[in-house]
Amino acid sequence: MARTSVAIIDSGGANIASLSNAFDRLDVSSTLTRDAATITNASHVILPGVGTAADAMQRLDESRLSGVIKNLKQPVLGICLGMQLLARSSEEDNTSCLAIVPATVNKLAATPGTPVPNMGWCRVNQVVPHELFSGIADNSWFYFAHSFALAAGEYALATADHENAFTAVMAHENFFGAQFHPERSAEAGARFLRNFLELRS
Amino acid sequence: MGDILELAEHYSRSGADELVFYDITASPDGRTVDRSWVSRVAKLINIPFCVAGGIRSVADAEEILCKGADKISVNSPALERPELISALAKRFGSQCVVLGVDSLRVDSTWQVYQYTGDASRSTRSSYTTADWITRAQDLGAGEVVLNCMNQDGVRKGYDIEQLSVIQDVCHVPLVASGGAGSIEDFAEVFEKTRVSAALAASVFHDDDIRIPDLKARLGNAGIEVRL
Repeated sequence: MARTSVAIIDSGGANIASLSNAFDRLDVSSTLTRDAATITNASHVILPGVGTAADAMQRLDESRLSGVIKNLKQPVLGICLGMQLLARSSEEDNTSCLAIVPATVNKLAATPGTPVPNMGWCRVNQVVPHELFSGIADNSWFYFAHSFALAAGEYALATADHENAFTAVMAHENFFGAQFHPERSAEAGARFLRNFLELRS
Repeated sequence: MGDILELAEHYSRSGADELVFYDITASPDGRTVDRSWVSRVAKLINIPFCVAGGIRSVADAEEILCKGADKISVNSPALERPELISALAKRFGSQCVVLGVDSLRVDSTWQVYQYTGDASRSTRSSYTTADWITRAQDLGAGEVVLNCMNQDGVRKGYDIEQLSVIQDVCHVPLVASGGAGSIEDFAEVFEKTRVSAALAASVFHDDDIRIPDLKARLGNAGIEVRL
């Protein structure tokens, strides 16, 4: 079996350290990179995201990484905004995204009982069985910090509830996404990352 | 230092939902939070980690986030220069920017105080608590930690009256702070207000309340918690 090598795409965000720390705790080495060859040759690729969709897309386009990401054949995991970037477009500043997954990203509806951003631990309902959930009980808690999300759709492996249900985990061919932060979701999150690393091209 | 790392790991393992690291004397002393602690704590824990203390600029925040914090909390420097909030939100996203507010009852209203980490420098700002929280949300704050100073340190329960008023002007997650003395105080604040979370320090540090006991009791009371 090929050796696991994780490339974390450097999308210019500042809080990437959480993610490298999580892989360190799993004893897996990871590289933060913008280099197309390093990304293409990794066994697993992580697309993190922080800030706004428009800024993140602009940074990917400037580093000529949009095309590189679309052509990846190995397992790719978008986290939080990184997952949203895999969609066609985002309501956040009406941004065109990578269009890998036939999905749109919408703003969460705010009500007095469900404030936006959605910050905190939410239960994740597994709607399609998948290796990503191996060893993780249905309705486990994960940590979320976001204002936008993919609507629940056929790409959804799991959903979570806010004012409306949204996609918490998605899969489309070799592209996966988590709206929560596995790197900050205690044991369940660590297991989710470990399960992702078990996926093979 | 050893104590801090030990405590952080202990809380992370015992079911705390978030760790907030405050250096409360940083702003009155004109210091930024000691950053070597940040990266060492961040490596150790696998729950959300928020850092507060004298963050005065986007560069200060960036350094702390690069060391592994997930969120930064601003208080006195945001009162000095409210544009700090919008600059941080634009760069890192609102979900990264927490507003800490120290609020004290003055006559019939609540007033924001700054530099409260040092009693000799603590001063009343020009804002009422409701006005400041409204303004900070407009500027992009994504979460508010309301430290109710009348209750702080006295362990007689959270300030239900103030939290009930402030939650109506706060459209982002509101975190109750100040006053926790018993498990019943946590149950009360979740039953009587819509706060998203409750923060406490000394009752946990002194081991008066253990987090697994607290969460089990809240769960039994029908309050949904991550167990």
